[in-house]
Amino acid sequence: MGSYAYAAPESVAEAVALLGEHARQGSRVQLLAGGTDLLVQMRGLDKEPRTLVDVKKIADVNRLEIGATETFIGAAIPSAVLNEHEDLKALFPGLLEAADLIGSTQIQGRASVGGNLCNASPAGDSIPAMIACAAVCVIAGANGTRELPVEQFLTGVGSNALAADELLVGLKLPNPGASASSAYLRFIPRTEMDIAVAGCGVAMAFDSAGVCTSARVAIGAVAPTALLVPAAAEALIGTSVDAAALAAAGAACTQAASPISDKRGTADYRRKVVAVLCRRAAQIAKDRALS
Amino acid sequence: MSKVHVTASVNEEAVEFLCEPQETLLDVLRGPLGKTGTKEGCGSGDCGACSVLLNGRLVCSCLVLAVESQGAEVTTIEGIATAEGLHPIQQKFLEHAALQCGICTPGFIVATKALLDRNPNPDEETIRYWLAGNLCRCTGYDKIIRAVQDAASELAYEA
Repeated sequence: MGSYAYAAPESVAEAVALLGEHARQGSRVQLLAGGTDLLVQMRGLDKEPRTLVDVKKIADVNRLEIGATETFIGAAIPSAVLNEHEDLKALFPGLLEAADLIGSTQIQGRASVGGNLCNASPAGDSIPAMIACAAVCVIAGANGTRELPVEQFLTGVGSNALAADELLVGLKLPNPGASASSAYLRFIPRTEMDIAVAGCGVAMAFDSAGVCTSARVAIGAVAPTALLVPAAAEALIGTSVDAAALAAAGAACTQAASPISDKRGTADYRRKVVAVLCRRAAQIAKDRALS
Repeated sequence: MSKVHVTASVNEEAVEFLCEPQETLLDVLRGPLGKTGTKEGCGSGDCGACSVLLNGRLVCSCLVLAVESQGAEVTTIEGIATAEGLHPIQQKFLEHAALQCGICTPGFIVATKALLDRNPNPDEETIRYWLAGNLCRCTGYDKIIRAVQDAASELAYEA
């Protein structure tokens, strides 16, 4: 049995080299950003020693850049830092409010949306929101950099599309246009500090007549991974997002969901609630977009 | 298995220690650094009893590796009072009986300091949501909220 080690590379290349070296040796290595999932797992379910590769000294992974047409959010930036950025909140309210729901103030001081995504919990709150906002993963590995839409990055419960020598550098998001916005809602048993029973992220754009021209709807905690629901988007596009359109979008989310029953709720309850969240989140996104 | 040498600053005093890579900041605060004011309630970031400020940011020290505190400034409950005496937050917790067993109290006071440093005039809802990561089994929270509100006015009065 090996022992724990800690490394803090200062560049993406150095991190990739470290990951590759461990992959070749067959020794266990794990990327560390905020640590709010990793340290809990390390002391609970998964006590096997490993080398921890801390990415917080890598400039690229901590970079936030709002460009003219797209925004880059480094994978390791804590949610609290994102939520102090007013311009970012104005561009992606759905993503930021989702990140603001993760855990507590203390957790948000460390937890990153990149880590939330890579941990790939079926209930990870920022994930449906980033899918709705059309976020794309920027991934670095030995063969260079590649990009993958978030909805394709999730491969199962707790698993993602990273190869052994790859790390998530950050997320690229297209900036919404003038009459476009997003929202995220989740249902939890308590008021704070809980894991989503169901979650829904919606992003929409409208034309000058108030007709929806594009939409993305994603659901969380109701399937092994967060899911993009194209049928829900189709129910909204070309409509003024009236009650009928909202009902249809909600029904599409129910249809797409394949939840489990557990201590937080039954599968039937989750199928019902995800539709309610879809209708409400779409209404909020519409009100934000048109105001 | 080799230990890592870390230098940091705790309550504005330079410290150095050796630690295993997997040890947490909470482990070293309570162990080699002898700062037992920070408490372990759950070890999983759910209760907030281990709350400290890391470079001014409110975090759970049970979820920070000791090695990650290299070069950082850590503020614990021991660093809240000043040479002049108790911090107004501490004074108000006493006046409002906002503690019984006291195990959650260091975490609450550090979390409250982080709140009032950023937002000197929070409303009740803001206070409750900010402190949602701090659990108390004894008080039922209400006296804690009143103490925080009173501390905020006290600090505003002094400003």
